[in-house]
Amino acid sequence: MKREEIIKIVNEFLIEELEIEAEKIASEARLKNDLGIDSLDFVDIVVIVERNFKFKINPEEMVNVSTLNDFYDYIESKVGDR
Amino acid sequence: MKRRVVITGTGIYSCIGKNLDEVRESLYEGKSGIGVDAERKNYGFRSLLTGIVERPSLKGMLDRRARISLSEQGEYAYVATLEALKNAQIDPDYLDKNETGIFYGNDSSAKAVIEANDTVAAKKDTMLLGSEAIFRSMNSTVTMNLSTIFKLRGVNMTISAACASGSHAIGLGYIFIRDGLQDIVLCGGAQETNAYSMGSFDALSAFSVRMDEPEKASRPFDASRDGLVPSGGAASLILEEYEHAVQRGAPILAEVAGYGFSSNGANLSQPSDAGSVIAIMRALNDAGLTVKDIDYINAHATSTPQGDAFEAIAIDRVFGSCRTPVSSTKSMTGHECWMAGASEIIYSLIMMQHSFVAPNKNFEQPDEYSAKLNIVSQRLDKKIDVFLSNSFGFGGTNNALVIKKINNK
Repeated sequence: MKREEIIKIVNEFLIEELEIEAEKIASEARLKNDLGIDSLDFVDIVVIVERNFKFKINPEEMVNVSTLNDFYDYIESKVGDR
Repeated sequence: MKRRVVITGTGIYSCIGKNLDEVRESLYEGKSGIGVDAERKNYGFRSLLTGIVERPSLKGMLDRRARISLSEQGEYAYVATLEALKNAQIDPDYLDKNETGIFYGNDSSAKAVIEANDTVAAKKDTMLLGSEAIFRSMNSTVTMNLSTIFKLRGVNMTISAACASGSHAIGLGYIFIRDGLQDIVLCGGAQETNAYSMGSFDALSAFSVRMDEPEKASRPFDASRDGLVPSGGAASLILEEYEHAVQRGAPILAEVAGYGFSSNGANLSQPSDAGSVIAIMRALNDAGLTVKDIDYINAHATSTPQGDAFEAIAIDRVFGSCRTPVSSTKSMTGHECWMAGASEIIYSLIMMQHSFVAPNKNFEQPDEYSAKLNIVSQRLDKKIDVFLSNSFGFGGTNNALVIKKINNK
């Protein structure tokens, strides 16, 4: 899967499913502090990612994911070569 | 000294109307909310009958977290509570500055539980349930969500007492206010209407199978009744200490005059006339009233052969020669189960405010027990100053509430 496609899918579910305002979506935005994603939202992200990208997030691998760009990188590392 | 407890706002979301105006019209016209849910056939139901309740759309009214955490019955309860708070002239600013409690009746959240179980069975991974499953599936789903949404900071708990849940919630709200523990309590009852929630009840062959005539299926006290029709929605009431309501300039709809309760200590599903009489007498004594003071009885009568008979015996034993008008609004709504005790207080309050007794629809032929009662089969225009509402539930939990007009009798 290409990075552009990953970005498109992630941005869409952040806006449509988590109802994050579109103008807040930026690659340098921090998930917690800028986008307001809390621990309960993160539980939902696990479900949404599994549905869209067919893999399950390993919470231990997410410790270094701080910004949206980090999150794109993480998903790309999992599905980029599919 | 015991404090007086009044009702200052009500809100309703049911199969006979999504607000007080619609419900008033249905009660007055004797309009049924019962229909057929063909999908239940796929689940192997014996009866496809149910109250038809449309799910409200809450997008734009609540943020995502609040919306996804609400169970089906929680959605109904939210809408009913909005109406009750508005009518009680309570806004978010008031709730922010004043402590308000909540007692709400709810005794299942089957759809949320079963859907979560289906997901785990398919995925073999609880992490894929999402964040909302726990908040939807607990029995306290209604109170945990409403108290969060409306920022309530007083007493906060769910009452699970089968088909008397809603009325015991009102009874406990009344006691908390009467005894000075709270000034305002949001009380009510909620009931999910999905097929998941009713399969185990259908298993008891307790439901009517008069599917060719849905509107005639619920026929409390009638000799040819063949079972109840499940239904649901939510009903919310604002209970408030009298002086507090006066000082606030709130509309005072009526006074909660008496609360009676009892437990049969006997059979799981079979009601008891003796237990019912104890609850009714306790409510009358608590209100300081006699049988002659009661202008109308809203019966629990669900349209089951056994339940209606025991209630008829109980009412006759207590009210006998008074010939007090009796009707069961379940003839139009079906049995609203965990919600019924609260919704039927609202239905009766509407009758009190508009001076009529809603008909016990489909009462065509009495049996040996109901023949002794004054059952109102056609709408009766009548002034109501005081009414009694009965609620009985599985396990033998009984409830009776006496409501009266303010400064009357």
